[in-house]
Amino acid sequence: MQTHQYDVVIVGAGGAGMRAALESSDRARTAVISKLYPTRSHTGAAQGGMCAALANVEEDNWEWHTFDTVKGGDYLVDQDAAEVMAKEAIDAVLDLEKMGLPFNRTPEGRIDQRRFGGHTRNHGEAAVRRSCYAADRTGHMILQTLYQQCVKNDVEFFNEFYVLDILLSHDLVGGAVSDGDDVAVSGVVAYELATGEIHLFRAKSVVLATGGAGKIYKTTSNAHTLTGDGMALAYRRGIPLEDMEFFQFHPTGLAGLGILLSEAARGEGGILRNGEGERFMERYAPTIKDLAPRDIVARSMANEVREGRGAGPNKDYVLLDLTHLEPAHIDAKLPDITEFARTYLGIEPYTEPVPVYPTAHYAMGGVPTNIETAVLRNNTDFVRGLFAAGEVACVSVHGSNRLGTNSLLDINVFGKRAGLAAAAYAATADWVDVPEDPETGVVAELEEMRARAVGDRVADVRRDLQQTMDANAQVFRTEESLIQALKDVRELQARYRNVSVQDKGRAYNTDLLEALELGFLLDIAEVVVVGALNRQESRGGHFREDFPARDDAAYMQHTMAYRRPPGTAAPSSPVSSDAAAAVAATTRSGDLTPGGPGSSAPGTYDVALGYKPVVVTRYQPMERKY
Amino acid sequence: MTTQLDDSPGTSSTPDTKVGAIPSFDVTLKIRRYTPETHGDEAYWQEFTVTVHGTDRLLDALHKVKWDLDGSLTFRRSCAHGVCGSDAMRINGRNRLACKTLLKDLNPSKPITVEPIKGLPVIKDLVVDMEPFFASYREIMPFLITTGNEPTKERLQSAAERERFDDTTKCILCAACTSSCPVFWTDGQYFGPAAIVNAHRFIFDSRDEGGTQRLEILNDKEGVWRCRTTFNCTEACPRGIEVTKAIKEVKRAMITRAF
Repeated sequence: MQTHQYDVVIVGAGGAGMRAALESSDRARTAVISKLYPTRSHTGAAQGGMCAALANVEEDNWEWHTFDTVKGGDYLVDQDAAEVMAKEAIDAVLDLEKMGLPFNRTPEGRIDQRRFGGHTRNHGEAAVRRSCYAADRTGHMILQTLYQQCVKNDVEFFNEFYVLDILLSHDLVGGAVSDGDDVAVSGVVAYELATGEIHLFRAKSVVLATGGAGKIYKTTSNAHTLTGDGMALAYRRGIPLEDMEFFQFHPTGLAGLGILLSEAARGEGGILRNGEGERFMERYAPTIKDLAPRDIVARSMANEVREGRGAGPNKDYVLLDLTHLEPAHIDAKLPDITEFARTYLGIEPYTEPVPVYPTAHYAMGGVPTNIETAVLRNNTDFVRGLFAAGEVACVSVHGSNRLGTNSLLDINVFGKRAGLAAAAYAATADWVDVPEDPETGVVAELEEMRARAVGDRVADVRRDLQQTMDANAQVFRTEESLIQALKDVRELQARYRNVSVQDKGRAYNTDLLEALELGFLLDIAEVVVVGALNRQESRGGHFREDFPARDDAAYMQHTMAYRRPPGTAAPSSPVSSDAAAAVAATTRSGDLTPGGPGSSAPGTYDVALGYKPVVVTRYQPMERKY
Repeated sequence: MTTQLDDSPGTSSTPDTKVGAIPSFDVTLKIRRYTPETHGDEAYWQEFTVTVHGTDRLLDALHKVKWDLDGSLTFRRSCAHGVCGSDAMRINGRNRLACKTLLKDLNPSKPITVEPIKGLPVIKDLVVDMEPFFASYREIMPFLITTGNEPTKERLQSAAERERFDDTTKCILCAACTSSCPVFWTDGQYFGPAAIVNAHRFIFDSRDEGGTQRLEILNDKEGVWRCRTTFNCTEACPRGIEVTKAIKEVKRAMITRAF
């Protein structure tokens, strides 16, 4: 084992990780550990833009942006965080421009802006041009620009290193820690893909920036590598996950493939039509129609298909119509996504509408943090030295449904804050002792996995997980479907104990890493489903057909999911024993074994649920109409 | 809504299996493998046959091999739709991204040859050492260079000035161009097309003031003058960048110092 020592260790080299690195590497000795080369990160797949109330093309202000974000998130947004994001958005965009990002320009040479779903003028009057963009590859340009700046600033990267454990001063899962106790991070354990070697990184500050977990679903816009690693590692160490039941399904994935077609297509004038050619969004969102927030559009599309108005031979998708737009306009503003339609479906968007269907896209939930990106271990206490930003985190600026472009904004605003906070903390903090033999757990798990001679295939277990999540925990959910999903997930967790890998080597053993990633996915899927079962209401991205209304009295609060031994209550505001008992009764009957994978046997742990209040500063919940 | 699991194999589904659908078919992949831990120091060919669907890409077929037949087959991939640049490889002798190459567009009656990209050290199977490639990229100072005080708001740039370097901003650093270049194959010191493309991206950006420095770097004997305009790079680019044209523009800028 090799040991390294840095003031700040950043885990993940997407937008949030590199934005953090640019701040902290100036101020403290910083290392960035990434399982991919930085420019491979999925920030690069983001297309449409990054909203900021620059008011370059029409009247706008950050307060309208805050309101839209809060309303878009169906009032589960922490309003202090949304306000920070909308205010700092303006500098975040200008920072990127000064770093060299090639934004599209207005005739006056300023940064151009376009319309995007849910972003409106004066609290919902009409769509507003707020999204700053670089054609339909804004994420690509952000990722490239941040990497360029990292090259300029000589940021130190450990590429193709997988972080497999977060080291804390206390065992939070065991439950022997009280509220108010001092808990601190001391570093991470990582696996070097090229050699199979284990590395210990001691650090005063650790920033989690590992991105999302879209691969719990089969149809997804997410990369193969988005397996919820950072979320699962925090969860396994007893740190809660917040609001995981809220998963965003992006309306326009290429039908059958899930590849993303940006909302910018609708921002530039594209129209969704059902099999009868009807512009159906006029019925669901009369004011802003196709530019309603994603949860509403995705649900409307799924509903059209369910009621027999889908398009195509199996009536199982709807159509994104760009044929009324000038080809030159499409080429200038939407070149990449129209190329996707040509390459992958053989469709010419100039003349034919493109088959689309919702695709799993974004985890609104994640590791809970405050607006300074410090990670919470219950409703009030922090893990000293641990920070999180980007999709892995839940600040919460997205509430129950993220508005388009707000993720690129989130990574820039809170990535920067995380870098500053991590460096500031490291400047004054003392080193925390690492546990004795910190690598033992990781090494044991790797060796056991490698040594298991025969067993289930990783790919089979993963495929079954993705299929049950698509079938039972997607756009529409019921108690029945969710119980089925939970039953399936727990059976798969048991099967996971027996998966074996064929590659027994040390160098570039991606077979072994896929097995570990599957373990993360199973943990995350369990938390998503348990949270969804408990939340007997419909809000944002979480739609329960058996509880179709929003229920502010009971559920306008964040879900906090903790990994604890069975029968242990969550440390703060546990879900009332009646409600918890009801979920437990439905999920723990018969052969359902609580508890997930990782280095523990099934039955060792369960998901303990609690609530955390929503921060309301300015906007009381109202009916959400568009 | 409880739905029975459909147990059809594969991760990529065909949206329609009836009207106008391309049926499933078998393909044989002939893969260049290098696994020193188990098979010694010599690379070897291995063939696998898998059943694929009409919308499947080569990456789907490689996944079928890895997930169902031989877990030790090693390659890089991430986004699976041509934007992350992880899976450049040599497919039937041409550099392509595996995730952008539809199997139906290749001739399925013959085995499809799959090899690692050339000119970079092979580490295992289709995985090569990308470090020399990124080292060349870093050398051309791939970042905006400016002098004087920063403006309070954004720097102004006309739409035409922005358009001037649009093509070269598309680069995803996949190395398909550089590893298709015969000059790079014989001389690993050559900067290679990708580094020059990324220099072009800044040299022709009206906001940048580092053009002269970059041109000095590329005026080196391992710089742009080594380009023999073979056009392999342009043909290889999965992003459709006119790479050879960009190199030519850099050469011209070096002579005229007009950019």
